[in-house]
Amino acid sequence: MSRASAIEIAGLDVTFGRGRRAFRAVRDASFSVTAGSSFGLVGESGSGKTTVLRALAGLLPPAARIRGEMRLHGEPLRPARSRPLRRRLQMVFQDPYGSLHPRHTVDRILGEPARVHGLDSIDRRIVDALADVGLDASFRFRFPHQLSGGQRQRIAIARALIIEPAIVLLDEPTSALDVSVQAEILNLLQRLRREHALTFVLVSHDLAVVSHMCEALAVMRAGEVIENAGVETLRADALRHEYSRELLQAAQGYRTTPAGMPPAER
Amino acid sequence: MSAVRAWLLVDVPRSRWQARCQRFFLGWLAFRQNAGAVAGLAIVAALVAAALLAPWISGSTGVVPDLGNRLQPPGAAFWFGTDELGRDIFDRIVWGSRITLYIVGLVTVIVVPIGLAVGVVAGYVGGWLDSALMRLTDIFLAFPRLILALAFVAALGPGLENAVLAIALTAWSPYARIARAEALTLRHSDFILAARSQGIPHHRVLAGHVAPMCMSSVIVRLTLDMAGIILTAAGLGFLGLGAQPPTPEWGAMIALGRDYLLDQWWVPAFPGLAILVVSLGFNLLGDGLRDVLDPKSRS
Amino acid sequence: MKRRDPLLIVDGLRVTFDTPRGPVAAVRDVSFVLGREKLGIVGESGSGKSQTGRALLGLLARNGRMAARQLAFDNVDLLRAGEGERRALRGGRISMILQDPKFSLNPVMTVGEQIVEAFRVHANVSRREARLRALAMLEAVHIREPGHVFDAWPHELSGGMGQRVMIAIMMVPEPDLLIADEPTSALDVTVRLQVLALLDDMLARRGAALIFISHDLNLVGSFCDRVLVMYAGRVVETLRADELQSARHPYTRGLLACQPRVDGDGSDLPTLDRDPAWLR
Repeated sequence: MSRASAIEIAGLDVTFGRGRRAFRAVRDASFSVTAGSSFGLVGESGSGKTTVLRALAGLLPPAARIRGEMRLHGEPLRPARSRPLRRRLQMVFQDPYGSLHPRHTVDRILGEPARVHGLDSIDRRIVDALADVGLDASFRFRFPHQLSGGQRQRIAIARALIIEPAIVLLDEPTSALDVSVQAEILNLLQRLRREHALTFVLVSHDLAVVSHMCEALAVMRAGEVIENAGVETLRADALRHEYSRELLQAAQGYRTTPAGMPPAER
Repeated sequence: MSAVRAWLLVDVPRSRWQARCQRFFLGWLAFRQNAGAVAGLAIVAALVAAALLAPWISGSTGVVPDLGNRLQPPGAAFWFGTDELGRDIFDRIVWGSRITLYIVGLVTVIVVPIGLAVGVVAGYVGGWLDSALMRLTDIFLAFPRLILALAFVAALGPGLENAVLAIALTAWSPYARIARAEALTLRHSDFILAARSQGIPHHRVLAGHVAPMCMSSVIVRLTLDMAGIILTAAGLGFLGLGAQPPTPEWGAMIALGRDYLLDQWWVPAFPGLAILVVSLGFNLLGDGLRDVLDPKSRS
Repeated sequence: MKRRDPLLIVDGLRVTFDTPRGPVAAVRDVSFVLGREKLGIVGESGSGKSQTGRALLGLLARNGRMAARQLAFDNVDLLRAGEGERRALRGGRISMILQDPKFSLNPVMTVGEQIVEAFRVHANVSRREARLRALAMLEAVHIREPGHVFDAWPHELSGGMGQRVMIAIMMVPEPDLLIADEPTSALDVTVRLQVLALLDDMLARRGAALIFISHDLNLVGSFCDRVLVMYAGRVVETLRADELQSARHPYTRGLLACQPRVDGDGSDLPTLDRDPAWLR
């Protein structure tokens, strides 16, 4: 098997602030993502999973200090990004209500990136991109407030794909959506990955979503990667770390603890 | 009529133009709920109409003396009476609306672009540039408006343009502050991050993504400010530093009419009333626009 | 009151909102009877589940109107009760917990002051007494260092801690009915279970009833006694929670089926085909 790594992260460290107020959001994180696969980054709030994703996307504020290595198909990724590099790495955000400009029509949301990257036949691309995410051309001149949450997320996905990236970073893409809409979006993402030979990095707190979508995963807690595993391990309920198992349990609904008393706040 | 309404309220706009009209119409529906705002809009519309139709509304040019009709009281022949040179005050107020509108327009054209540009750049870029631009803004904010206007006019000579320039120079700083505050919060919003991650260049993000989001607060502030600007212009006119006679500028008309305040009250009273009504109109309009445009006041 | 009597009777509840495009019905003819139990109301966004909860508390937005054939809480007719009586009921015997504690706690008062105030309003006790009871209440919601949290400001609390404090404040008037609208959706998954366990414990201790509004079918099914499934403003199915897996209505079955599973095989998820007949 000669499947190359699309993304390699080794000893990544991200610190916000300086001196006494310094906060190490990511500590010595390492993982690699096979090209064409889907990789899950699991954790709760404050685990640093979103910071890792933003470091990859080149969206951390300039004041953040980044150490360690990030490689994209072998080339080092630096905080300063050229436009062609940005094009290869696109992102879909968690909140479909916040990630689309409220005053731009769908037409402009999809057309502007295509125009900026110097693509041709923009009109056709917009219609194709809409069709690709299961929306017909009548959506083209709507404003985001005229769309449902699921439709917005489809537009956000179309916006990422219209400039033909190799890698898509997904930041909890379905956690703000209803379950029935989540199923549609997850199916859509899987189909797009197959059709466009994409590599996904999916951030989520929901192990069920990660198990459904990904081939491999890393569990993060307090900035550290505490477990790297293949999805078979997760499906076989064989995660090693105690915290990973706790997350897994939480994903399966409410159970009273054996003693009948709620666990105390840690 | 109902066909137009249906076109405006349809769920699926078919073109860029329809989408834009639709958004405007929904805003108008919300605006219409506010009676005061509609009254304000009516006053401002009347001001614009008076300025456009001045030659047809008025019976004279308002500048030629008619000494035979000096200081006539208000009546059927002269609705608002005549002044000390026998000029019809109603006509002068109608012609004066052009000057008021000119002031409003000129201030807007100078203040909004400067304030918006400084504020948006400061808020979006941040760092030392933000500090530098904001200190500059503070300096202009600290100038007393009328005193600076006096100094300006003293240096450049009296005249309407110089007065407006002086007003504009002191008026842009609050807009820079508003725009900066908006840009600061927008900088971290997902849709701006999305634009950046797509490789959209900074100047396009600033002009096409950040600035439009700041526009509504700026427009609201501008409408609310208009009353003060008109008053300052009138004040300069009153002091003899703005528009020069025989131009029918409302403030200058009050200044000339104050000698007759006790015996011929209508000479200063009607231009004063015009200033009051127009200022009130802009304030009411601004209030209504804030309800429609300002995202923060929306529930 | 007798334990057997139903606590809340809702019959034919309707909620309508006036919009520029005409009236929009959010809740259409919802009826249920609540005893001393944990009732879950499940549905997707726009199903009317939140508006049902808000209507019961009289918290509809200004353009909203509600109507019902009967709305009775503990034999008090809420439709005919005076404004004062309704307010007393809603502040004292019915409480509400909202999704995000960040927005329901007053940011310029310490946590302790807010609980003390609640005691002084509802229990009419001295400041000293209120303080002691507030500390006891913080202990009751399983906060390890009540003194420390008492003096904390809301922004210093984590999400889970904030929701514990909210539960504490809402339990002060010793309500008979607690309406919780997505009380754990803003929390991390592991904290979520702790907060639910706490809620369960508090309800059992006071013998209070709960209406738990949520989009999460699994969570409601595992936490509540009974589940109402809402779709487009109507109740399409009422089930015992332990019978959730044998639901009859195609909507409920669709919702259950379209969730990804940890032990699934990654093939496409079944999606929900909405049948227009469900709207009738």
